[in-house]
Amino acid sequence: MTLDFQELRLVDVTRTFGRRRALHKVSLTARAGTITALLGHNGAGKSTLLSIAATLLHVSSGVVQYGDVSAHAGGAALRSRIGLLGHDLYLYPELSAAENLAFFARIYGLDSVDARVDAALARAGLTDRRDEPVAGFSRGMRQKLAVERALIHEPRLLLLDEPFTGLDEAARSALRERLKVAREAGAIVLLTTHDVAAIEGLTDASLLLVDGKLAA
Amino acid sequence: MRAFARSVWVVTRKDILIETRTREIVFTTLFFALACVIVFAFGFVREGRPMDDVAAGILWIAIAFSGTLALGRAFERERQGETLRALLIAPIDRPALYLGKLLGILLLLAVVEIIIVPLVALMFQAPLFEHPLLMLGLLITGTVGFAAVGTLFAAMLVRARSRDVMLPVLLYPITVPVIIAGVRGTAALLQPVADLPMARAWLSMLVFFDVVFVTLALWTFEPVMTE
Repeated sequence: MTLDFQELRLVDVTRTFGRRRALHKVSLTARAGTITALLGHNGAGKSTLLSIAATLLHVSSGVVQYGDVSAHAGGAALRSRIGLLGHDLYLYPELSAAENLAFFARIYGLDSVDARVDAALARAGLTDRRDEPVAGFSRGMRQKLAVERALIHEPRLLLLDEPFTGLDEAARSALRERLKVAREAGAIVLLTTHDVAAIEGLTDASLLLVDGKLAA
Repeated sequence: MRAFARSVWVVTRKDILIETRTREIVFTTLFFALACVIVFAFGFVREGRPMDDVAAGILWIAIAFSGTLALGRAFERERQGETLRALLIAPIDRPALYLGKLLGILLLLAVVEIIIVPLVALMFQAPLFEHPLLMLGLLITGTVGFAAVGTLFAAMLVRARSRDVMLPVLLYPITVPVIIAGVRGTAALLQPVADLPMARAWLSMLVFFDVVFVTLALWTFEPVMTE
């Protein structure tokens, strides 16, 4: 079963962990073909918001809608349209670049796995190192591979948690170009960062989170 | 159903691939189980003669202890790169993820048991191969029962800071019936005249435990893995 949507909408989303309130009445809308940045210091609630958008966390109150569908109603079909890149990259260091991509392609039930893996490796510039374990890769190489891992199923919603952290200028530039391509393909890109310089000229909207509340 | 089975196999295959490359869990688990049996052999074998009725208990203690080690390490691997989050967001049924991990752990414990069972038979002069089908049945059902609960708890505790302590604390009280049934069933086979009806009764009980534990684990895996 396939499911598609053109916007992600959060209305008055609040999330608490025990007595600590990580998000308080956050509302935002992100549309297909746009890149939205969530800015804020550590602990501002950016990663919590991404986890909620990724369906990994429930909201304490409020509404999260993917088009007309809620996370609960969307289930696996909705998850198949979401790509997530965390700070930890979600790669198996013992597996090679090609094996990592092939594993995630199979988990998403994709066809033509080998062709997709070859194309993703070519985009990441890792074709020559396809059979090397990821453990031996630099941070920049792993980041490029992780982006392709998150995009291998061509998600409608792409969520990136601090994607520019630890990258040199060349890798940052390559990542910016890759995100522009995803935007042109119609993805809803939502990324968190506290590095404003990294997203200059890239985003269509920027939102500032302060202590779990939207400030701008 | 085919998609479900395919998802289970993709997860298991990935675990097998990583393990064949690193051999980390199989070696540590096997070393631990071997050490366990050898230490007990020093304690319970005098002048080449083992004490009565100890082989069954030692076999199942070795399986339970090494199994706990394997369970912890199998999920530590998913925690290190936070790959568990990537698996949870993937469009596979959560029970398929559970069964995929469970199958990987069962294969690992099967490798350990292939080494450990003959070793216990040799060191404790235990006729473990006189009734091979019943013994195999006890090993399979006992291991499934233990690993079914263990896989659920190890997944639940993957983000807990004290997971290494909490796993055995939670796991052993729940799996005591499985271990007792395994020990009693094996002991029945090791009598001078094997008590086959008793061994079959314990085997039936293990099958019952397996059905209950696997069903409960499949039912609860999705809610416990959603924060």
